[in-house]
Amino acid sequence: MSSSADIGKDLLGLEELSAAQIQLLLDTAEPFKEISLRAIKKVPTLRGATIVNLFFEPSTRTRISFEFAEKRLSADTVNVASAGSSVSKGETLVDTARNLEAMKIDMVVVRHASSGAARFLAQRIESNVINAGDGTHEHPTQGLLDMLTLRDHFKRLAGLRVCICGDVLHSRVARSNIWGLQKMGAEVAICGPYSLLPNHVESLGVTVFRRIEEAIEWADALNILRLQLERMQGGYIPSLREYNRVFGVTREKLERAPRDVLIMHPGPMNCGVEIDSDVADGPHSVILDQVTNGVAVRMAVLYLLAGGSPALAEAAKG
Amino acid sequence: MASTRTIALDARAVARTLRRMADEIVELFDGTDDLILVGIQRRGVQLADRLVQMIQEREGVQLPRGALDITLYRDDLQTVGPRPVVGKTHLPWSIDKKRVVIVDDVLYTGRTIRAALDELADFGRPARIALAVLADRGGRELPIHADIVGKRMDVTPGARVDVLVGELDGEDSVILVHPEGA
Repeated sequence: MSSSADIGKDLLGLEELSAAQIQLLLDTAEPFKEISLRAIKKVPTLRGATIVNLFFEPSTRTRISFEFAEKRLSADTVNVASAGSSVSKGETLVDTARNLEAMKIDMVVVRHASSGAARFLAQRIESNVINAGDGTHEHPTQGLLDMLTLRDHFKRLAGLRVCICGDVLHSRVARSNIWGLQKMGAEVAICGPYSLLPNHVESLGVTVFRRIEEAIEWADALNILRLQLERMQGGYIPSLREYNRVFGVTREKLERAPRDVLIMHPGPMNCGVEIDSDVADGPHSVILDQVTNGVAVRMAVLYLLAGGSPALAEAAKG
Repeated sequence: MASTRTIALDARAVARTLRRMADEIVELFDGTDDLILVGIQRRGVQLADRLVQMIQEREGVQLPRGALDITLYRDDLQTVGPRPVVGKTHLPWSIDKKRVVIVDDVLYTGRTIRAALDELADFGRPARIALAVLADRGGRELPIHADIVGKRMDVTPGARVDVLVGELDGEDSVILVHPEGA
């Protein structure tokens, strides 16, 4: 049994993890699925631990998913949102966190609009830091839950062909998926309009498809990203209708695929833009399975990060 | 480090002992009505499978067999690290008013069983819970005792009792391991 792998103090991104560490996270998530099916959905594992969910950007799914994960492990949780807190009075990220830490907390789950915010925080506070999305950089728990969902369905990740579609430029979900999937041996492609693909896209080591039809023909699974309407002021696309016509995933386009293509979406969806509702609700959609797996993955992350330091482990052996 | 290994029960002795335990379970509960066997991960699960099979041979009744992983209920999670691997818990039936037999390989400090009792309480309220272990090595740290014991062993604290099962280890046996110099 592998007890050697350790994921360290913080979870900041999948880029810095090894395949063995990702494997450990995914394998640890498996038994946590069952807890959410119990009548009493709670285990005492993190009893006494205090976790702060520090969200500087709006979030429903991720914040609630973390909160469920924390509560099902019996941790005490506090939610801090930027609106209505001292953050809106101009307090800096690190001061907010240090003040929270002065109240004796154990972990911080942070979402922030700036890339690198989670790492910045992790270097300055003692608590475990979990990145719940930093700017356009990474969203590691989303990457993990996407991989868990793919593994559930295909029973493997190695050799799997996954295409990430849409607004890759602004997407932290895309980066976590690309880095994570490549480490686990999957082939990754991206597909979207030029204006929404990052510069130096070759450096990511992915195949690039210009047309969604080509992506559908190639892929075992599509991970369809949300068109980030709030970031569309820069004239990246001519119109939503045109985007849907060219890049939208529709039943009609899927019917021409040589095989069944698994449909994923990290949410929230813009139905009729990047994905049609009959695809989202269709037989090959695992969008709600992703949400279910999100809680199990986050429980696994919390379990692996909390408590148990190497020094204490040595002491316990004696 | 070299250690001495003594076989306490070989494969035939394990089979004989389990058969006796299977009979004692049926005897203790005066039949098989409402009985559920729950194995503790990992080797308790395989032992529970054997007991289910043996009870089936004798009584013609197939009892349900659950699995319990007690890792998340351990009382030392704040101090052990790296994190222990979490196994699967599988208890898809209501255990309310049922008669549950916890099956484990070795009974030592009693802390695993304490955790198992807490976990079972989160699943329901059985009419009775009993404990069956293949080996009882003494050394209890909590007021817990086994109802059905395969083999009682008097083992010094430095030594270890290993239970091997065919499904995971290739053979069935109970082995006493003494570290060098102990």
